[in-house]
Amino acid sequence: MTDASLAAISRAPAAREGYRTLGTRKRAILLAIALLLAASLVADMMIGPARYGVSEVLSALARPDSVPVQTRVVIWDIRLPVALMAVVVGAALSVAGAQMQTILNNPLASPFTLGISAAAGFGASLALVFGVAIVPSALEFVVPLNAFVVAMGAAMLIHLLSQRQGVTTETVVLLGIALVFTFNALLALLQFFASEQALGAVVFWMMGSLGKATWSKLAMTAGVLALCLPLFARRAWALTALRLGDEKAASFGVDTRRLRLETMMLVSLAAAVPVAFVGTIGFVGLVGPHIARILIGEDQRYFLPASALAGALMLSASSVVSKSLIPGLIFPISIVTALVGVPFFFSLILTNRRRSW
Amino acid sequence: MVTLQLSCVGVRYGQREILADISTPPLHAGEVIAVIGPNAAGKSTLFRRIAGLLAGAGEIRITGRAGCRPCYLPQDAATNAVLTVYESIVLARKQGSSWRVGERDLAAIDAVLHDLEIEHLAFRGLGELSGGQRQLVSIAQTLVRAPQILLLDEPTSALDLHRQFEVLSLLKRLARERRICVLASLHDINQALRFADRVMVLAGGRLKAIGVPREVITTALLGEVYDITARIEGGDGGMPYVVVEGSSRSPSAA
Repeated sequence: MTDASLAAISRAPAAREGYRTLGTRKRAILLAIALLLAASLVADMMIGPARYGVSEVLSALARPDSVPVQTRVVIWDIRLPVALMAVVVGAALSVAGAQMQTILNNPLASPFTLGISAAAGFGASLALVFGVAIVPSALEFVVPLNAFVVAMGAAMLIHLLSQRQGVTTETVVLLGIALVFTFNALLALLQFFASEQALGAVVFWMMGSLGKATWSKLAMTAGVLALCLPLFARRAWALTALRLGDEKAASFGVDTRRLRLETMMLVSLAAAVPVAFVGTIGFVGLVGPHIARILIGEDQRYFLPASALAGALMLSASSVVSKSLIPGLIFPISIVTALVGVPFFFSLILTNRRRSW
Repeated sequence: MVTLQLSCVGVRYGQREILADISTPPLHAGEVIAVIGPNAAGKSTLFRRIAGLLAGAGEIRITGRAGCRPCYLPQDAATNAVLTVYESIVLARKQGSSWRVGERDLAAIDAVLHDLEIEHLAFRGLGELSGGQRQLVSIAQTLVRAPQILLLDEPTSALDLHRQFEVLSLLKRLARERRICVLASLHDINQALRFADRVMVLAGGRLKAIGVPREVITTALLGEVYDITARIEGGDGGMPYVVVEGSSRSPSAA
C-alpha cells in the first residue's frame, strides 16, 4: 500500500463505513425474517381443530407440566412436529434451490425444475400403486424410501451427465427438464394402471402434506439440513465467487469442478430427503432463493441463511394459511404455498429496483 | 525477490497444439512485461498455464518466495451476480480464509479503490457497471490480493484512452513499489513500447522474441507477426511509436 493511498484512507473512511452499514442492514434483515418465522411457528401451533392462545402455546412449550395433558399432547405430539417439519423442509428445499441456482448459474434451477421432485413422485407412486419397495424397509418408510432412492438416482444421473466433456450448465438444466417430462410420463403411466384407491393416494402424495410428520422423520430431515448447512457455510466465499463466472472463480484459486461436485451431492441429499417425507412441494425451492437474493444479495454469508429462513418462513406461513382458510379442513400445502407465494413474489419482483438475477 | 522463468512450456487441447516450447530468461519482480501477438497467438492460454489453470508440458519455475502463486486476471466477462463492487473485492481478498473481514482487509480494499479512482463505484451493483468500470473492478479484485506475480489478460481492452494511461501507469508504479512481476497482454503496440520493461511476442503458439521493447519491436517483426507494413518513429532519445501504413497481405491472399 502506498503512503499516498494510506493517507487518503485515513482522511476518508467512507467506503469502509458503507460496507459495515451494509453488513448491519443485512443482519437486521436476517433477524427480521427469523422473528417472522418464530411468530409463524407459534401461530402454526395455535391453529387447528382446537384453538389455543399464544400464552397457552408458549406455556406448553416452556413448561409442559403447567398445561392440561390434552393441550400438552396436542402441542408436543401433533402440532410441534408438523410445524417444525414445515420450517425444516422449507429451509432444506430453499437452500437446495439456492445452491443449484448458484452452481448451475441459472435462475430456473430448483429441485422441482431439475426433475428431482418428479423422480421422487415416481418412486413414491411405485410403492403406492404396485407396492414395490426398492429397498426393503418398515412399512412406514417404504414410500419415502422409494421416493428418496429414485430422487437420488435422478440427481446422480444429472451429475454424471454434467461431468462429461463439453457439457455446459445450460445443458444440465435442459437435461433436468427432460427428466421432469420423463418421470411425469412414467407417473402418468402408473396412474393409468392404478386402482381408484391407489390413484387417490398418489394424487394426495403429489400435493404434498406435512400431516404425516413424526419426530423421527423430522429428526432425519433436520439432520440432513444440519449436515449440509455447515458444509455450504465453509464454502461460502468459493460459492459466491462462482457467480462471477468460472474463469474468475478459478483465478481466485477456487477448484470449480470439485466445488460443483461436492455441492451437487449435498444439494441432492437436501432436496431428496424432504420431498421423500412430505411429497412434492415445488415452489419453495425455486422462489425461496429468489426472495433471499432480492432482500440480501448473493454474498453467501448472508444469502445462505437468508435462503434457509425465507424458505422456512414461506412453508410455515403456508401451513398456517392451509389450516385457516376453512376451519376443520387442511388444504394441501403445495397448493397453498404456490397460491400464497406467487402474489408475494410478483410484488417483490415488480417493486424491486435492483435486479434479482 | 520473486522471479518467474518458463522452460519449454506447452499446452495441447486434444490433438491441437496451442502453445509449444515457450522458454524465457528469468522475469524479475518490479518488471512489467508486455505480452503481444495477434488474436489466437496463445496469450490467454499462456497466462492460464502459468496460473496453474491448465496442465501441460514444460516447467514454470517461481523462485524467491515460498507458496507464491501467480495472480491471474482473466479477460473481462459480464456477470449478473447480485453483489456490490465492494463486496466483490472483499470476496477476492478473503477467498480461502475465514468469514471475518478485518480492519487490514478493509484498509487494503479502500486503498485499491483509491488507487484506481473507483471509490464512487463501491456500492454500485456489478450488473450496473459499464464494460470499462467492470474492468477496473476486476483489476481491483486482483490487486487487493497483494500479488507477487500478476498475470493480466488484456487489462485495458474496455478502457478509454485516459483510463488506459492511468491504469498502465499505476501498474508500472505498483510493480516498482511493491516488487511485483507484472505480465500484461496488450493489443496496443505503442502501450507496450511506452510502459513495458520487456516485451514477449507470441505468434501461432510460439515465442517469436523477448527483450527490451525498442530492440524487439521492429518493422520486420511487425510484418512477420501481424502482416502489416509499419514504420517506427521518434526513437532518437524520445518515446518511439509505431505508425501502421497498411496490410502487407496482397488482396488476393486476403
